[in-house]
Amino acid sequence: MSAIEPVKPRDPRVPVSPQLALRVAIIGGVAMVMFGVIFFRLWYLQVLSGEQYVAQANANGARHLPIAAPRGQILDREGQPIVGSTVTNAVQIVPDALPPGLSTQVQEYQASLAKAEVARRAAVTRLAGYEAALGRVRRPTSAQRLELRRLRRATLPPLVAVPPLPRSAARLEQLFRRLGHVIRLSARTIDERVVEGITVTPYAHVTIKTDAGRGALTVLGERSAEFPGVAQEPVSIREYPDGEMAAQLVGYVGQLNESELKLRAFHGVEQGTIVGQAGLEYYYDHYLRGVPGEQRIAVNAEGQPVPSKLLPIAPHAGHTLQTTLDLGLQKASENAMKEGMEHARAGGKPAIAGAFVALDPLNGEVLAMGSSPSFDPNKFAKPLTPAEYSALTGRNGEEPGRLTDLADEGAYPTGSTFKPITAMAALEAGVITPSEGLGAGQCIFVSSEPFCNAGHAEYGNATLVEALKESSDTYFFTVGKLANEHGGEVIQRKARELGVGEPTGIDLPSEFAGVIPSRKWLAEQNALESKCEQARHGRRCYIVGEPEQPWTVGYNMDLAVGQGELLTDPLQMAVAYSTLANAYRNGGNGTVVTPHIGKQIDEPTGSLLQTLKFPSRHVHLNYEDLSLVMEGIHQAATAQGGTSTQVWTGWNQAEDPVYGKTGTAERAGHVEQSWYMCYLGNAQRPIVIAVTVEEGGFGAETAAPIARLIASQWYGKPKKFVPGSSATR
Amino acid sequence: MSPLSPITAPDEAPAAPARTLRLPLDPLLTLAVIGLGVGSLITLKAATRNLIPSDPHYYVDRQAVYLALGFVAMLGLSRLDYSILRRYKNVIYAALMLSILAVLGLGHGANGAVRSINFPLFSFQASEVGKILLILALSAFIVDRARQLRERDTTVRVLIAALVPAMFVIAQPDLGSGLVYMTIACMLLFVAGTSWRHLAALAALVCVAIAFVLVAGPAVGVHVLKPYQTERLTAFLHPSSTVQKEGTESTDPRYQQEESKIAIGSGGKTGRGAQANQVPYGFVPESDTDFVFAALGEKYGFLGAGLVLALYALLISRTLRVLVMAKDLFGSLIAAGVAAMLMFQVFVNVGMTIGIMPITGVTLPLMSYGGSSVIATLLGIGLLQSIYVQARSSSALKGRVLRY
Repeated sequence: MSAIEPVKPRDPRVPVSPQLALRVAIIGGVAMVMFGVIFFRLWYLQVLSGEQYVAQANANGARHLPIAAPRGQILDREGQPIVGSTVTNAVQIVPDALPPGLSTQVQEYQASLAKAEVARRAAVTRLAGYEAALGRVRRPTSAQRLELRRLRRATLPPLVAVPPLPRSAARLEQLFRRLGHVIRLSARTIDERVVEGITVTPYAHVTIKTDAGRGALTVLGERSAEFPGVAQEPVSIREYPDGEMAAQLVGYVGQLNESELKLRAFHGVEQGTIVGQAGLEYYYDHYLRGVPGEQRIAVNAEGQPVPSKLLPIAPHAGHTLQTTLDLGLQKASENAMKEGMEHARAGGKPAIAGAFVALDPLNGEVLAMGSSPSFDPNKFAKPLTPAEYSALTGRNGEEPGRLTDLADEGAYPTGSTFKPITAMAALEAGVITPSEGLGAGQCIFVSSEPFCNAGHAEYGNATLVEALKESSDTYFFTVGKLANEHGGEVIQRKARELGVGEPTGIDLPSEFAGVIPSRKWLAEQNALESKCEQARHGRRCYIVGEPEQPWTVGYNMDLAVGQGELLTDPLQMAVAYSTLANAYRNGGNGTVVTPHIGKQIDEPTGSLLQTLKFPSRHVHLNYEDLSLVMEGIHQAATAQGGTSTQVWTGWNQAEDPVYGKTGTAERAGHVEQSWYMCYLGNAQRPIVIAVTVEEGGFGAETAAPIARLIASQWYGKPKKFVPGSSATR
Repeated sequence: MSPLSPITAPDEAPAAPARTLRLPLDPLLTLAVIGLGVGSLITLKAATRNLIPSDPHYYVDRQAVYLALGFVAMLGLSRLDYSILRRYKNVIYAALMLSILAVLGLGHGANGAVRSINFPLFSFQASEVGKILLILALSAFIVDRARQLRERDTTVRVLIAALVPAMFVIAQPDLGSGLVYMTIACMLLFVAGTSWRHLAALAALVCVAIAFVLVAGPAVGVHVLKPYQTERLTAFLHPSSTVQKEGTESTDPRYQQEESKIAIGSGGKTGRGAQANQVPYGFVPESDTDFVFAALGEKYGFLGAGLVLALYALLISRTLRVLVMAKDLFGSLIAAGVAAMLMFQVFVNVGMTIGIMPITGVTLPLMSYGGSSVIATLLGIGLLQSIYVQARSSSALKGRVLRY
């Protein structure tokens, strides 16, 4: 055995035939080439394009869900909260964990939504065409308005009904029914909210109820096994503790929808984020909304979440908006409005709506502002049904709804509250002299058309101060006539100079620009009418009452008493009175203030971030003339025979002198609109108050007592509703 | 030697040759096998973590058992003189055909194909072990006809002997294994020394067959392959441009290949490690079996993939080395068959995951999860070890090998 082991070569290599050597070499060569190709390809994929593939892989595996940032507070001037946020447990649906059957429904819904969107785009095109044909019509006729409204409605985000659940989804329907029983919603409503939610933000949980109540939440929590796909999550809910108070001013919030996405105001905001939809919430949304965080969820190929170490990005809370509003004054003013309107209704007046503004005449800070009837913005914090929404937007669009802020979006003639502006204009232009007696008789006739005092009262020839005190229409009709003869449209120019008929620049998303009738304006209206008639093949558009009528003295006479074609709102009037007031305090050097509600932006922690600045414009008024006008409206509120003297009985005029003017605007087809404008000349705390009540009767009857209630709150005086009996305009 | 001193001499003398003879295995080949086995376990551990949530180690544990069993089988086979297998070539061929037919008859479906028979503890995929059986049977057949190698008759018979089981395997359908069978046959003919003319004709035939199967056949309505097979084969020719991400069926071959490329590409130089998401979260289908290289490339990057490829290069170079050092033609042919099997599977599988080869459903030897594949591969390597050991011992004993 081992003994016979002969030689042991170190290397057991065997001779190989050349044929085999060649073929094995070929095999080896092929292997080397293949390895080379694979290495080169791997190098290309992993080293040269690695980063690109990392990006692709990440996009594959991650879904980003926004974490809502707590919205900033809105405070009053003293720092008391007007709007806050509360955290509640919302009932949410986790779409992935539901029993099957939802996806077909979602697909059907999205298909019909897409179809409706196509129709909406077509309507947008048609509307643009119609508006271009109409030109810049300020007051379209009813037929036009009807057509415009129809087209505008067609351009609104479509209301698409969610298709019914498929029959195969019996388990899902049963779940919704049981859940609905607990949280008191119908199965159908839950289904609709889920389908709409998935459409807006796929992959995210859908909130279906935010105020389920502790009992329902406990039931859901304890019996979670019976409610697959139902979760609870703390969510921040916008809260308006005072409900309807200043609702139009503050606005409301809602999810950013698709049509708003394109707005510049919402640049970079994700769809579905809660943003301001109106009022301050909208105007200061940029500050209030904060920066949402991001929950990054890794998902697998089926789109189901998988555990991962992706850290969430924390949201940044929104900034706090401190306003110039005085919460106490705001509440008292709204109560005063309520009381005044109730009083008017008790007196047989409809008093359907009203608005008020309380302004600091020195800097334009809005101390209180409101519109009635109002709405509860809390309603918008929860999902709203279309019926609820249309109830808020107004009576079939005929009249402004509760969402409209009549203080800066109303369009009214002002009645006699305009007279101080007329007086100022006429005095400065030399149209009249203060001591000149004018306006004798009950009526003035211009080419046999009568222009009469209210109730055909007879004031005799009055001086300027007397005319303002008694609110003599015949005096101011005469002034309007003289101003027309004087030329240069002095009243119109003065009104604009003081801030009427121009947007005030208030920090709210929309305001009414106003109309001051003038020759140029009439020519424009006539041009629009003829253009519109051409487009409609000769049919009337009713932009003007009678086509191609020239300017007449009547327009100017009506304007002089705040009637006729004049359209403005309480805010503009408050600015004009503020201008008069601050010029009066400052020897004729007046400031046309920009009314504003925002005061400063604070960090969420409370430290000041930015003080808000608003530009103002300087005007110089002749101090002597101004003194006479102020004397006139001071007497109107204090002297025997003044239109609102009764209202201010028992008021300490020495401390807080009242400069007030009543107004009674006449609108065809309506009961008179009650107006009151006043400036309280307290040395330290001056205030300008504007009040109007639609169909509220005479100024002294409804609006002036409301103004007194507001002023009483401002100066801490006992509140007393004192209606006046003056039946003047 | 003196008869007087028998007491000490036997003690010393056997020691030296015994050490030489006991040289049990090719060390480099064994190293490559161990390296790939470890690599397989490491890769599968991460790739299959989420496949069965209740049992994250399900696949790794089983793969470890398969590797261990296969390693033992390899060790056992290396102790066996492969030459005796030549005698049983008919038995082996019969076993090959029977097992393949049994699968067709009794088999258990997976992914719409019947490829295996399920036994209580494992499922037996006949086509995998069939590769080794085919190598042995064909090699023995060629050695028997060693004197008629240059005749056309031999070439044709060898091809038919491979084609019959290949067609049955393709019918299962397991296209990949069928192609491996044909590759093995061609490689054996090539190494055995078939004339270049026959080889050229064969190459032409292959080209015509491919053209017919993929282009001409479907055009005239003859479907040799199932439509999904055709699509898989041609997917790599028109990649990402038409990939539709959302809602695409995960069995769409273009989707598979695109996701696999993303996985490998995202691995970068050193891999994504714990950040890997393509494979662990199921974006790459079959990442435990056919697309295991994607799992490796994503997690360990160019470094890991390169290392594994280097191990394969080592494995294949050692196989070729065993081929040339075999003591007889039978050994050389077996080594050639194993080399063909390894090369085809490595290149086609890796090529498929990086988008330069069609999707044919071949496993990556030793790396892919699966008992049949792992054990078959290790049996093949066991044969290589046996050839190596026999070559070493015969050259030690005789210093010569009879060659043709």
